[in-house]
Amino acid sequence: MSRQENSDRLGVLKTYKLYIDGKFPRTESGRYFKLKAADGKILANVCQGSRKDVRDAVTAARTAFAKWSRQTAYLRGQILYRVAEMLEGRRLQFTEELVEQGVTRDKAIAEVSESIDTLVYYAGWSDKYPQIFSAVNPVASSHFNFSMPEPTGVVCVLAPELPSLLGLVRAIAPVIIGGNTAVVLVSSKQPLSGITFGEVLHTSDLPSGVVNLVSGFRDELIKTMASHMDVNAILLCAEKDRVGDSVVVQEQAIENLKRVSVWKDIEANPYRIMEFQEIKTTWHPVGA
Amino acid sequence: MALKKKKTLSGGSVLKVKASVAPLNFGTQWQYVEALEGSDHVKIEPKYGLFIDGKFVEPHSKKYFDTINPANEKVLSKIAEADAHDVNLAVEAARRSYDNVWSKMSGKERGKYLFRIARIMQERARELAVVETLDGGKPIRESKSVDIPLAAAHFFYYAGWADKLEYAFSGRSPRPLGVAAQVIPWNFPLLMAAWKIAPALATGNTVVLKPAETTPLTALKLAEIFQEADLPPGVVNIITGFGATGAELVSHKGVNKVAFTGSTEVGKKINRAILGTDKRITLELGGKSAHLIFEDASIDQAVEGIVNGIFFNQGHVCCAGSRLLVQESVEKIVLRKLFDRMQTLAVGDPMDKNTDIGAINSHEQMKKIEGYIASGKTEGAKLFQTSCRLPSKGFWAKPTVLSEVAQSFRVVQEEIFGPVLTVQSFRTVEEGIEKANNTPYGLAGGVWTDKGSKIFSVSSHLRAGVVWANTYNKFDPTSPFGGYKESGMGREGGISGLLPYVQF
Amino acid sequence: MPRYQFREGVWPTMSLQKIDYSQFRRSPTIDLVGVEERVAKFNSRSIKKESKMFALKLAMSLCDLTTLDAKDTPGKVKQLCAKAMRPHEDLPEVPHVAAVCVYPNMVKIAKKALEGSKINVAAVATGFPSGMTSLKFRLDETRWAVSEGADEIDMVISRGKFLAGEWQTVFDEIVAVKEACGKAHLKVIFETGELSSLDQVRFISDLAMDAGADFIKTSTGKVQPAATLPVTLVMLEAIRDFYYRTGKKIGMKPAGGIATAKIAIQYLVMLKETLGEDWMNPHLYRFGASALANDLLRQIVKEKTGRYQSFDYFSKD
Repeated sequence: MSRQENSDRLGVLKTYKLYIDGKFPRTESGRYFKLKAADGKILANVCQGSRKDVRDAVTAARTAFAKWSRQTAYLRGQILYRVAEMLEGRRLQFTEELVEQGVTRDKAIAEVSESIDTLVYYAGWSDKYPQIFSAVNPVASSHFNFSMPEPTGVVCVLAPELPSLLGLVRAIAPVIIGGNTAVVLVSSKQPLSGITFGEVLHTSDLPSGVVNLVSGFRDELIKTMASHMDVNAILLCAEKDRVGDSVVVQEQAIENLKRVSVWKDIEANPYRIMEFQEIKTTWHPVGA
Repeated sequence: MALKKKKTLSGGSVLKVKASVAPLNFGTQWQYVEALEGSDHVKIEPKYGLFIDGKFVEPHSKKYFDTINPANEKVLSKIAEADAHDVNLAVEAARRSYDNVWSKMSGKERGKYLFRIARIMQERARELAVVETLDGGKPIRESKSVDIPLAAAHFFYYAGWADKLEYAFSGRSPRPLGVAAQVIPWNFPLLMAAWKIAPALATGNTVVLKPAETTPLTALKLAEIFQEADLPPGVVNIITGFGATGAELVSHKGVNKVAFTGSTEVGKKINRAILGTDKRITLELGGKSAHLIFEDASIDQAVEGIVNGIFFNQGHVCCAGSRLLVQESVEKIVLRKLFDRMQTLAVGDPMDKNTDIGAINSHEQMKKIEGYIASGKTEGAKLFQTSCRLPSKGFWAKPTVLSEVAQSFRVVQEEIFGPVLTVQSFRTVEEGIEKANNTPYGLAGGVWTDKGSKIFSVSSHLRAGVVWANTYNKFDPTSPFGGYKESGMGREGGISGLLPYVQF
Repeated sequence: MPRYQFREGVWPTMSLQKIDYSQFRRSPTIDLVGVEERVAKFNSRSIKKESKMFALKLAMSLCDLTTLDAKDTPGKVKQLCAKAMRPHEDLPEVPHVAAVCVYPNMVKIAKKALEGSKINVAAVATGFPSGMTSLKFRLDETRWAVSEGADEIDMVISRGKFLAGEWQTVFDEIVAVKEACGKAHLKVIFETGELSSLDQVRFISDLAMDAGADFIKTSTGKVQPAATLPVTLVMLEAIRDFYYRTGKKIGMKPAGGIATAKIAIQYLVMLKETLGEDWMNPHLYRFGASALANDLLRQIVKEKTGRYQSFDYFSKD
């Protein structure tokens, strides 16, 4: 295995586990898959997350939603900014991990930087998107009427295969900054960045269960995620070689009318926050 | 004797019911004689074709079906039934006008057409109200004061957006989607047509609309108004028929956008029908909305809110406050007042200006409502119905309250879509919210309390798209409407109502 | 302390609810917009033909025909009484009014003029219309009006004290006036135009009924706004709650500003649909009005003849 740069010393290898409910469990299934470097060296035994792991993650996300969705926008912004700080502090580790997984050094450096900047970008939106997308509606009666976004609920995220770190951050930041909680299937091609990102989240004051990271395979888990009745929305980051995914997701989502987002790119903008928001309109009479 | 003034607090509310007190007497001494709305000025053609490409045309199948007045079962007119061939013609007409005319027209000009339509609707408001009431069974009072003015207001509101769309989407340039297929229900026929057509046209889309088979007439009147307004042919096409026609329409490959209002069941079917396509979809579906009355509410206004919530439009309202949740400390007085209030509801001829509750829209719906009432009784609910007399012809349902129900009862879980209210009590704020949210639906909710901070807390905890606080069943074109969870996706009305009809 | 002395003198004969209003308010709050919406619904009732005729005659029978001017003379009061007994010479089917309402010094004249009829004489008392005088004067005036023959006393509450939060005082004063009335019926005027909100209207209604009012009444007619439909609805709802709670039926008198038959019918629709038909009689409902009677007559004649009428054909008394 890798990381034996210094021949005098035997390296300590990391076990890559799932991140569910603020803990790092192994998959309950006990299964793993080998992640190999370009030169064929085995990088890690990665947990092959199961349907049960997804279900546990949804339970954790549902529990976390009650509090996270009611935190102040300011606090959510602070926490996401804290995530950026933590990632900044570990940029070397993430860069190395990307390089190990086959990304060129220059690209890896750029990807980590962009990931950090994305977190800062969305952290800044936390108390602004509600202002941009809310309205006081001038109704023609003696009522005060306003509409504002509220988080949709538990969101399943099928993160992009590549870029594995930036894609993950671009997918989950708009989901959680809006007060949703997430159950994420990380890249299976480069799973290490996603799993290590859990460590960043864990040390960033993000409450347990707000983001749950599962490694594994889409073929096995996509249906479970899309059909789970306690999941309110699903974000599918489309892969060019998996054209059938969106139909599977859409079909499975019908039963409880999940909101379905299919992304063909990972552009960052506030409309992506709004894909996981519901507009609530409140009326109240005006009279003394 | 020397009587000392007692300084004790008498405690509690003045809202108490002494068991021995007789109900109020809403007797027969003074009865309002029938005050029928005139209908002489209203012309309903004996037969209506399909409105395609600006003209009324014969359906391909040459088949027509009857539309009847549900208050007396008399046939009002014969309505064309569109088949796949007609659907294709309509979609093609919409596509041509989209490509050649409507998408090329400036927003300013599009807006002026919409303003013109709104104005003609206002001019013909009384006629539209009469036709709406004859065809659908709703009280003329509601057609005149709610349905028609709101429908016109919707066109007026979105007319103004047509040339201002760039201000609605900061940092984005909106473009239309193309041809919108819109399928609407029978409970607010013209209003739903307006909700669908006005934002679609304002954003530059063209439309094929299918009204419900029991209430097609005002949509066809609207087609006449489009002609009168010189709206370019094909911009809006109106095709009539049953579910099969609607299914053809939404699955037609020339359609870019599907908008549906109706039951959750059909909404899911439509979702399935468009699987694997790029069609965008908005759904406005069913509900089982909770209406929470706290002990510190303005009780008399709350009772009126309950009445508006469930008996407005015979309860044929997707956002009807059909689940009453009352804090136990005021349950007795609220029910006493509600029952007394219900006795004053006039049920009968929808054309009578004094009618509060009109006809049930169809025989089928009446049977469904009766089935639910029977089911509620079987499950152990306590039944209250007013002592009103129902006409012998037509479809009717008495205003009904099912109390002493449990969350598990079918009548508590399923949408009845009729004048049937269930009543449950709760004790704490948390319990009230929990019961309110304990449903797959999430369309609306009501909360009555005099305490401001409680209103904000409860309304933000309700998982529903519309919350009426200290009021109920209010609608406005500027106010977004739509559901959480299985009550739908997307919003109609307000600035949010533009989004479903644009791409960037 | 005078108040204490007074109470000692009066209370022994009273049967009272022991409610201490100085401590807390216990009336429900009122939502203004909700009340206005409800009123709009009443107003959309279409009352035609026989039901209109019924309402017009009923309204006439509920009138407290009123003259409350400093320039009132015996002659004026006598004329009013003649009108009260027979509103229109050619319409014998039109019922007489419920009462004639005058200042205390006109009671005797009115009583004499109405002799033999079933029409009551109501006297405004207690320092009407402001009530800004000592309780002793107000009670003396009440007793005097009753001794002159008044069947009904229309008292005013101390609005200043009510607004200052001296609710117990207001309560005690109503109790005292009620005692001074003896057999005469007591109507308690709130002057709702000075009370600022419907919450206050509701609260004073509850307070007055608990203190023993036979009727609650909106206004003196000297302050604008006088009776309004929203205020009246709130008072009717308070009466309804009092009935639910005690089984007792308290009367309602909107007064001032009800000048047309159309408005009077709106009030009656509200009455019918809020309290029901048990209240649709002079024992439990009155209109305090002066111009209303003629408009009712005009409408009655119009309904009979089909011709729209001119006031030239109706006596102004």
